[in-house]
Amino acid sequence: MTYKKTIFFTAFIVGILWAITVSIVVSVILSFITGSPLKPNILIVISIGSIAGILILHSLRSNLILSLLIISSILLSTLTYGPITTGDDISHLLNYASQSLFAASTVLPLTKILSGLSFKESGRHEIEEAFIRFSSGFGLIFFTMIVLIPFYVMLMTSLKTQQELLLNPLDFSIDLSKGLILFRSYSELFQDFGFGRYLWTSFYVSTATVLVTLGFSIPGAYAVARLRFRGSSAFSRSILLIYMVPMIVLALPIYILFSLTGLRNTILGLVLIYPVTTIPVALYMLQGYFRGLPYEIEEAGLMDGLSRLAVIWKITLPLALPALASVSLYVFMIAWNEFLLAFMLLDDPITFTLTRGVASLNSSEVPRQHLMAGAVISTVPILLIFLFLERFMTKGLTAGSVKG
Amino acid sequence: MQKVPPSGLGPLGKREERLAWGMLLPTILSVSLIIILPLCAIFWISFKPISLADLRPPTVLVKEQLKGQINAAGDAAKIRYRIRNSSQSKPLTDVTISDIIPESFDIQSTDERCSVDETNAIYCIIGVLEGGQREVIEAEVLINDSFFGSEKQYKITQPSTSSVGDNILTNSELTFENFQKIFDSEEFITVILTTLFYTVFGTVGAVVVGLFAALLLNINFRGKGLVRGLYLFPYVAPVIAVAFSWINLFDPFSGSINSLLLQMDVLDSPINFFGQRPNALIMVTIFEIWRYFPLSFLFILARMQSIDIEMYEAADMDGASPLQKFWYISLPMLIGIMSILFLLRFIWTFNKFDDIFLLTGGASGTRTLTVNVYEQAFAVSNIGAGAAVAVVIFIFLLIFSLLFFKFFSQEEGL
Repeated sequence: MTYKKTIFFTAFIVGILWAITVSIVVSVILSFITGSPLKPNILIVISIGSIAGILILHSLRSNLILSLLIISSILLSTLTYGPITTGDDISHLLNYASQSLFAASTVLPLTKILSGLSFKESGRHEIEEAFIRFSSGFGLIFFTMIVLIPFYVMLMTSLKTQQELLLNPLDFSIDLSKGLILFRSYSELFQDFGFGRYLWTSFYVSTATVLVTLGFSIPGAYAVARLRFRGSSAFSRSILLIYMVPMIVLALPIYILFSLTGLRNTILGLVLIYPVTTIPVALYMLQGYFRGLPYEIEEAGLMDGLSRLAVIWKITLPLALPALASVSLYVFMIAWNEFLLAFMLLDDPITFTLTRGVASLNSSEVPRQHLMAGAVISTVPILLIFLFLERFMTKGLTAGSVKG
Repeated sequence: MQKVPPSGLGPLGKREERLAWGMLLPTILSVSLIIILPLCAIFWISFKPISLADLRPPTVLVKEQLKGQINAAGDAAKIRYRIRNSSQSKPLTDVTISDIIPESFDIQSTDERCSVDETNAIYCIIGVLEGGQREVIEAEVLINDSFFGSEKQYKITQPSTSSVGDNILTNSELTFENFQKIFDSEEFITVILTTLFYTVFGTVGAVVVGLFAALLLNINFRGKGLVRGLYLFPYVAPVIAVAFSWINLFDPFSGSINSLLLQMDVLDSPINFFGQRPNALIMVTIFEIWRYFPLSFLFILARMQSIDIEMYEAADMDGASPLQKFWYISLPMLIGIMSILFLLRFIWTFNKFDDIFLLTGGASGTRTLTVNVYEQAFAVSNIGAGAAVAVVIFIFLLIFSLLFFKFFSQEEGL
């Protein structure tokens, strides 16, 4: 059997790699939750991982291996050689819980990862599959952690006080008994920093942007998609070119123009500018969708004596509602998240949008938990909209993400 | 005689064309007003020696005062106009001032530069007012009876002024100073190299990481929809929120990552992630990858799911291993979308300003071209130099767009 050695080696290596992954993840997660100093003891972790891999390969029952490993991990930890090294001041319960968590999350997924592997009928396929299953597991954990950690830290920091943050930057445990005091950063932002008004400004600026954008881009997109006219392809190309103009290049002359005309520090100025940055995207997305609609229905409408505009209003738009929803959401997101123009054009707190308001918190005089609370306030609405309307949003993103 | 089919557009076709342009007009107007016009302005400004302070053009400021003891009709008094050029450096020419003096004053004499007509209007020609220069014009008047009857007003009308200032934005003074300045500085090469590093690695990173994420989500498992939504968070959340959260996370003194790495004995002393060369540049590039991998994964996943399953079945029959299937079937099918993504993201990363500006403000070797525009225009308050950098960006973009269109017309449309 030429593969026998390789299979043994695969189980050995995958076991080690998986155990290392799990040990790091368990330590990081428990550290972030409890604030206790946990770290993996790499040598122990490697030996446990390799043993687990080999035991699973010899198709022992996983319950047996699991209990074996949990018991040995806990035993080792009483001898201060546990796979997860904890500090001395940590409670026994947490200690044993972390050792068992490590053992369980090493063994159970590892059984799945190595499930196709056996000495009898395995070849290159099974070995590759084992590695692929390991990479998938690793990838899932890795991506989930790198995506979640910044948001988790943002949320938890906003609930802390300055002293707690300086004392132990890792301690994100929340003392629920404190009750509403936890949210003092938020109440201060709303009471003293005018975040209620910023929220409202952002909301209506974004809504106005959506409405203006739709009003301009629907006729434009229809014309590009349906009507024959000279220069239509040149037009759609130049629309795409507009995407490529960086905002900062435009922001400079707009700043000069607005300074000279007194439009700086006005909401009107923002509402004038924002739609223009989104109209090209919206037009591009919509014309793609309009092209996909069956032209026959519109022709029937035309034959029955409807005018072109009536056809658009009564036939095309109702059919294109899902696309309109995607485009609206996407434009809303762009306007809500817009930072550069708001930052350059608004100096007066009366006119601040939410992003501009959060930027104003970035000073040494404002404590960090306020900044993070501001970040949470600006993130939550858009994430909620995203979660509830993900289907539309994802579609909008894919269609419109020519723009970043 | 041979019949020739009608050439050109018929009346119906012409109507359709008119309708089309009518429907496009709002878009064309607004876009040219806010995008094309500013772009032309940028080119114009880049040849101008202009700073932030020049945005307020010089004007004539006038203060009107009534001097003298006024007790009864017939008392003498003076109406004094104090005139000043608002700018300390720029001269104003053809300065004039005019005012209507109320009827309750009888004008006796005025400055020699002034004339009074029968409606009691005073008109003075002052001429040139140098930067910061002050002038005083007085008119001697006698008070008549009506002054006491009415409310004691002498400022019935605001004095009006006219002047010709040399507006730096509109005059024809052109200079290559701005370009000279930015090309001469040693920093400029560093800025270009930084931009290229950030753009190339940010783009490649986002596409490759996106490919891995897409491979993961191409497998069926429970909670897949949730995970897919989760992985889009970095892109959907406002940049300002995630940027500050990263700064917070990687803070050298009170950041969680540093204390985590110290505790796990990976580090001996905390690292200043965003405040040191070359860490800062690497970190902003990683941030860029983190924030934009969702986009590439969305596109690549969509393409992956449209690959015909039969191909994989055929490969299975032929005994291909999973990696072979990926290498010989999936990857060639994905190359198209990945190269489009690469080009688009390349241009967009090149244009990116907010992320670096928020994370480091362009310090510690992270100043890219776009951040340089802001630095020159607002931090150094030399708008002309900022515009010159913007023009350089624009030329780069023009080259990229040409490349892009060359590819774009070949590949399938997005």
